[in-house]
Amino acid sequence: MNMLTEIAPAQAPGVTPGVTGEKFAVEVRGLTREFGTNSVLRNLDLQLRPGEFTALLGRSGSGKSTLLRTLAGLDAAPEGTVTVPAARAVVFQEPRLLPWKRVWQNVALGLRVKDARKRAEEALEEVGLGHRLKAWPLTLSGGEAQRAALARALVRSPKLLLLDEPFAALDALTRLRMQAMVAALWQAHQPAVLLVTHDVDEAVLLADRILVLDHGRIALDLTVELPRPRRHGAPGFNALRAKLLDALGVREDGATV
Amino acid sequence: MSVSLTALPATGTMRRRFVPVRLLRQLMVPGAIIALWYALTVHGYFDAQTMPTPQAVGLSFWQLIVTGQMWPNLLISLQRVALGLAFGGSLGIILALASSLSRFGEDSIDATVQMARTLPHLALIPLMILWFGIGETPKIVLIALGSLFPIYLNLFSAVRAADPKLIEAASTLGLSHVETIFHVILPAAVPGFLVGLRQALGASWISLVVAEQINASSGIGYLVMNARDFLRTDIIFDGLIVYALLGLATDQAVRALERYLLAWRPSIIAAKGA
Ligand SMILES: Nc1ncnc2c1ncn2[C@@H]1O[C@H](COP(=O)(O)OP(=O)(O)O)[C@@H](O)[C@H]1O
Ligand SMILES: [Mg+2]
Repeated sequence: MNMLTEIAPAQAPGVTPGVTGEKFAVEVRGLTREFGTNSVLRNLDLQLRPGEFTALLGRSGSGKSTLLRTLAGLDAAPEGTVTVPAARAVVFQEPRLLPWKRVWQNVALGLRVKDARKRAEEALEEVGLGHRLKAWPLTLSGGEAQRAALARALVRSPKLLLLDEPFAALDALTRLRMQAMVAALWQAHQPAVLLVTHDVDEAVLLADRILVLDHGRIALDLTVELPRPRRHGAPGFNALRAKLLDALGVREDGATV
Repeated sequence: MSVSLTALPATGTMRRRFVPVRLLRQLMVPGAIIALWYALTVHGYFDAQTMPTPQAVGLSFWQLIVTGQMWPNLLISLQRVALGLAFGGSLGIILALASSLSRFGEDSIDATVQMARTLPHLALIPLMILWFGIGETPKIVLIALGSLFPIYLNLFSAVRAADPKLIEAASTLGLSHVETIFHVILPAAVPGFLVGLRQALGASWISLVVAEQINASSGIGYLVMNARDFLRTDIIFDGLIVYALLGLATDQAVRALERYLLAWRPSIIAAKGA
């Protein structure tokens, strides 16, 4: 029986998980993706180094999520080659916790190790949710739920952590705390991170490298040299910000060019 | 003294005092109806032959219990519903899962079930009697048919409505198809299944009433039909009361099942109280 092949593809064709070269955590060559006549990614090349924190900016509908989903193995890569590590984890904009499993069970789900529960609890401690291990997900606040989703990703010791606008639905204060937490977790665990965001400040605050996706290609590839920990308004921050906004076709006053 | 300090214990005692108050309120309307009924019969507004007094109904109910007529008939009715629901429900679950989880299943099963469900199953009674006689089988088959379709339809659509975002998340966590079905899709379908179960219970009682009134030598429906032959309207009322109580009891049972199976729902967490 072809159970659920339409809704839950196990592994999208064209995406090779497994051994990547020492040099790159992600290697994409000539990736083209079309939805009908809408060509979203056009012959795109991308390389991410191990442990590198990369932010991916782009206008709404520019194909950021499509690229991230391809790397996650959720979407086919019909044209081009995509090489990613087997150990990957994804955090989406919504926490996507299973409401009928307690928080620790959500984190332990799919972990094929003996002490899965202990590991899950440790990961939850690490994101500050040690006191909500047995809570039902729907009783968590938005920030707590997103931290649980982060714990669920980190407990898998990913070589590649894919974040698709994970803070977009949070209030401003919670977002700031979450950004600091992601920076700290990245430094502690050193996965390669691809953070999809539409928030230029967030990208400058967190990333080693910032990419701008436009017309299906990487239109801009900037290395961020600012020292960490970074603060808004530090020297160099605004210049970088202006450059990125320009690349996104937005002037500082917010009007589109 | 601060407001919050006095307010906290007050809500505690209020909650405990609330239970009988709510029960009294719930009994208000039925009580008024019985009082009105009593008043009307006492003053002779009704024909005593066709409309019994509340006292007469109460008395005959008591007599049915002490003479031992109630229990065996109640038991056989319950048994018919339980067996019919068990057969119809299981078949409904199996068919719904087979056709909602696989294309092959859907193509081979769904169209047939959709056609069959448009047929009012009670219209099959004459055939049932010809095929199965007048024993237990036709009654149980009728109840099974009545409960099969609500379960099938609700479970099928609940499985199909499982959130694709959660299914996708499960696949990023490395869950296999079978694991995804058990951890994501089936739990997601439980609320819809319970809606189907509720409807199936309703359909079962209706099927039972009809089956027992057409031909039976035992059961609550038999008591009622027998009472009609002897113009015992008080016993007919007793039968109606039993049906109402059974409906109420099964509804409470489904509610309890809901509280257990859907313990993760915020509304249920809140109702349980900390
Ligand atoms: N499953 C799909 N079917 C059809 N079109 C899609 C699908 N997924 C994305 N698209 C289209 O691809 C484009 C890029 O989408 P997306 O990658 O989600 O953009 P972003 O994340 O940058 O906002 C959009 O025009 C969107 O409508
Ligand atoms: Mg997106």
